Amino acid sequence: MANRLAVVDVDRCVGCQSCMFACARRLGEGGLAGACIGVRSAGGIRRGFVVVVCRACPDPPCARVCPTDALIPRPPGGVRLRAELCIGCGNCVRACPFGAIFWDGGQNKPQICVYCGYCARYCPYGVLALEEVAHAAQ
Amino acid sequence: MLPSDPLCRVLNVDLTRRRFWVTERPDLWEDGLGGAGVAIRLLEEECPPGADPLGPENPVIFAVGPLVGLFPMASKTVAMFKSPHTGNLGESHAGGRSAVAIRMAGYGAIVLRGASPTPIYLVVDGDEVYFRDASALWGLRSSATVGRVIREQERGAGIRTIMRIGRAGERGVTYACVVTETYRHFGRLGLGAVFGSKKLKALVVSGRRSLPVADRKAYREAYDAVFQAATQSPLMQKYHELGTAMNVLPLDSIGALPTRNLRSGRFEEAEAISGENLARNYLGRRVACAHCPVACIHLAALRLPYPNDPYFYKTVMLGYDHEPIYAVGSMLGISDVAGMLQVMDETETVGLDVMSTGVVLAWATEALERGLISLKETDGLALAWGDWETYVEAVRRIVDPPNDFYRALGRGVEYAASIYGGADFALAFGGNEMPGYHTGPAAHLTYLTGARHSHLDSAGYSLDQRAAAKGEVLTPEGVAEALREEERWRQVLASLVVCFFARGVYTPEVVTRTLAAAGIERSADDLARLGAETLARKQAFKSREGFDPARLRIPRRILETPSPLGGLEEGFLRQAIAQFFEQGSG
Repeated sequence: MANRLAVVDVDRCVGCQSCMFACARRLGEGGLAGACIGVRSAGGIRRGFVVVVCRACPDPPCARVCPTDALIPRPPGGVRLRAELCIGCGNCVRACPFGAIFWDGGQNKPQICVYCGYCARYCPYGVLALEEVAHAAQ
Repeated sequence: MLPSDPLCRVLNVDLTRRRFWVTERPDLWEDGLGGAGVAIRLLEEECPPGADPLGPENPVIFAVGPLVGLFPMASKTVAMFKSPHTGNLGESHAGGRSAVAIRMAGYGAIVLRGASPTPIYLVVDGDEVYFRDASALWGLRSSATVGRVIREQERGAGIRTIMRIGRAGERGVTYACVVTETYRHFGRLGLGAVFGSKKLKALVVSGRRSLPVADRKAYREAYDAVFQAATQSPLMQKYHELGTAMNVLPLDSIGALPTRNLRSGRFEEAEAISGENLARNYLGRRVACAHCPVACIHLAALRLPYPNDPYFYKTVMLGYDHEPIYAVGSMLGISDVAGMLQVMDETETVGLDVMSTGVVLAWATEALERGLISLKETDGLALAWGDWETYVEAVRRIVDPPNDFYRALGRGVEYAASIYGGADFALAFGGNEMPGYHTGPAAHLTYLTGARHSHLDSAGYSLDQRAAAKGEVLTPEGVAEALREEERWRQVLASLVVCFFARGVYTPEVVTRTLAAAGIERSADDLARLGAETLARKQAFKSREGFDPARLRIPRRILETPSPLGGLEEGFLRQAIAQFFEQGSG
């Protein structure tokens, strides 16, 4: 079993960004630079919000396009970054259709959800949840 | 302040020469803390005495504070400028993503100087600043379209603020607002007209920095305490359930809901425009400012048929709050909720302050009834209580005036009454139109004495309601003292840029604790001194620009219509005003 972050009901999202700040605070800092989750409007706030976060794909395209195998697929889904192998090419960012690979401009490396669920603890409206995924489940 | 905190950086923009530069001003934040405390200091430096509010010499200052990006509910931006509406101190606060975006772009303040010769919009993307041509956006009918076009052109989805004006700002209506993130406003005192005078259609700001903290563990603990209070405690409950619209029925039941230009404090159709009815039949979505879990912003989903096209509908999402409901609901005698929402929609489309707009139209309606003006002045519009369709037309004429009458309406009710008469029922205080509370003397004293002539300056309405509930007798001295204390403390909150709705959470102890996490040591006494000094500086600026409390006009109407605390007396109000400013200068 492993964890992944699930967007349970995006229609309950109010756009407060508490999850984004929580993700950065996990590292012990304020601001947004460290956030691996993003909330933006779905084409204007009147249409509601989109929550962008790694969904832990079983066969992650970001890992397949990594020329140095710095992104290691994690069974049953998602990836783990081996930062020492990463050359900062940004292929992974372009490969993710959700835009869920964020970029650490200082290190020039991707920053990706580690499926810890800290953000979900600060979602007051039940949009996010940490859920367990079984191996070999699709 | 921690050494690596970018808060002390001021972004200076010269719109005339299209240049920008950054100055490091730790002194400003050391002395003023942030927000209002910093903005008033920058205004003193930047605004020459006697400046023309619509001239290039009038600066626009945006300032945020140390807790922004670190703690929840510290999400307001303070704007300061000289107001084209009152000709004096202009100060307006807005949330949305504005404060977080400015802080995340790496600044504590932005100062706009000069005026562009041609329409532009300004993009601040971290360290980069772009002057974009906005000639194609100038004159667009809807401020919402401006937002959409810029959204599609620029980077930073989700982390940017897009502050923009509508046609009202372009045309210099003195109570034009700046809209940000579609549903929040620098509403009062005419910042939109100042933007327009600078040919500045919009300001876009974005960035994603990290912020240092003094002690990680203490930071997380302080954060959790504030977050718990924001989401669990009853302090914030009313804001996220019915929102501020929950005030409508209680105010009506005590006779404090200004109705039909305050001929009455009760609206027989209050139930229709109540927060309860809106939530039941129209509430379509709730949204939040950046880094605020409360989500007080209530959007009504209004489904409208096209009268001559069967099976054609549109659904608009409109923000509502107590103040717009009062201003274009009870004040105009409108009980048709869909109609009221359409008047609000029109004020949003053109970018007017909805509170001033409602009061101006209420005065015009009464002036027409009394024969001070005729259909000639109103350009054929038979303004009448409850007739929302005619009011929608009138809003359009304020922005595109067909004659001198509408040009006068575009300068506010104080000015219009000075030309056409009817000052006794022209509900403005210090030149700013009345907010939605006729609770007693303290509410009106807030409007009169507050540095912004806003109900939020010192919340006298709350003092009145407490006195009514407890059967206390208010005295001029007591009210003056209480309002002064409240307005001073609110300078602290406005310097931290903590939302006033969160004032119950951010007690002096919590403020001290959260500031310590940001590496700033301030005792409760330090904060009290800061509040008093900030207010004194604002009042000094106002005196410099010609404000004289002895010359404040008290509209007769507020004395004629009984409040829940009985009839108001001019003598009481004058005495309290004198007392307020006597104490305030000490």
